[in-house]
Amino acid sequence: MEPVVVQKVQEAINQRANQDVYIHLETTNGAYASHNDETFFSSGAYIRNALVRYELGKITGDGPYRVGLKIELGWVYAEGITHFEIDEQNRLLMAGHDFKGKLAVALEISNTPFE
Amino acid sequence: MEKERHVLVVFPHPDDEAFGVSGTIATHIKNGTPVTYACLTLGEMGRNMGNPPFTNRENLPKIRKKELQAAADLLGIQDLRMMGLRDKTVEFEDDDKMTDMISFMIQELNPSLIITFYPGYSVHPDHEATGAAVIRAVEKMPAESRPKLHCVAFSNNCVEELGEADIINNIAPVADIKISVIKAHRSQTEQMFADITEEDTKTNPRIMAWINNERFWTYKFK
Repeated sequence: MEPVVVQKVQEAINQRANQDVYIHLETTNGAYASHNDETFFSSGAYIRNALVRYELGKITGDGPYRVGLKIELGWVYAEGITHFEIDEQNRLLMAGHDFKGKLAVALEISNTPFE
Repeated sequence: MEKERHVLVVFPHPDDEAFGVSGTIATHIKNGTPVTYACLTLGEMGRNMGNPPFTNRENLPKIRKKELQAAADLLGIQDLRMMGLRDKTVEFEDDDKMTDMISFMIQELNPSLIITFYPGYSVHPDHEATGAAVIRAVEKMPAESRPKLHCVAFSNNCVEELGEADIINNIAPVADIKISVIKAHRSQTEQMFADITEEDTKTNPRIMAWINNERFWTYKFK
């Protein structure tokens, strides 16, 4: 993956608008967050292969970035995006990594289901 | 370490075997005991991507699968089974299906010892669910034909509630294999080893004690 280049990511988001796409969205503190620090409130959410169609998608912020997709009846949103990649299957992979290189958030858009 | 007929190791993630159990596995294999390692997921949800990132969410499982195979090869495990579940979803699988998966392996392999996580004391929800499935499968067997159950526990309250581990395996003779296994899970452990030198693993008493002693709790059926 490479650090976000807003224009490239925005183009990739635009190219995938108004068509059926599969979404992977996750946020995580890691399964050991509360084990390592008992005062830490661990939370996370994860959805894989949600089939949606967005009419509008935007990347905003000064970095780390936010990405929002306006879908027919609602929204998909991720905060903390630092890196992106368009992989060999033409999927748009976006992720936010903390200072130690640990993934904290991921938002991925694909024309075919994720494995 | 007692000589076993067959050892079945059941963990959810590639690298779960590395820190606390790989020396024990290596010792059993050196004793000529067959070892089956059933690894339930490929650690798809691992978080170490590196800075700058060396991989992404979709490619991580491919890397971890290779690391798992390499670790098994270093240990001499001939029967490595990747069970095809997904990281962080183990606890949401059907409980009976999970129990059956373990029961079938026990029927097939007839192990004299099973190594897994101690449910309630192993922190990660996948660890808890894996250990619980193994316990359920063993519990269904008549008490006299049950294999021994050595469980890994590391929650903050484990010693307080379970007491000290009743099995401590000194694995110093195979420490070099263990270190190579830990390193084989490079995507997960490289960062950790950045702070530990080769010299430390042979001379630093705290690190040596951590590497050389593998602790297990024999499961207590209620």
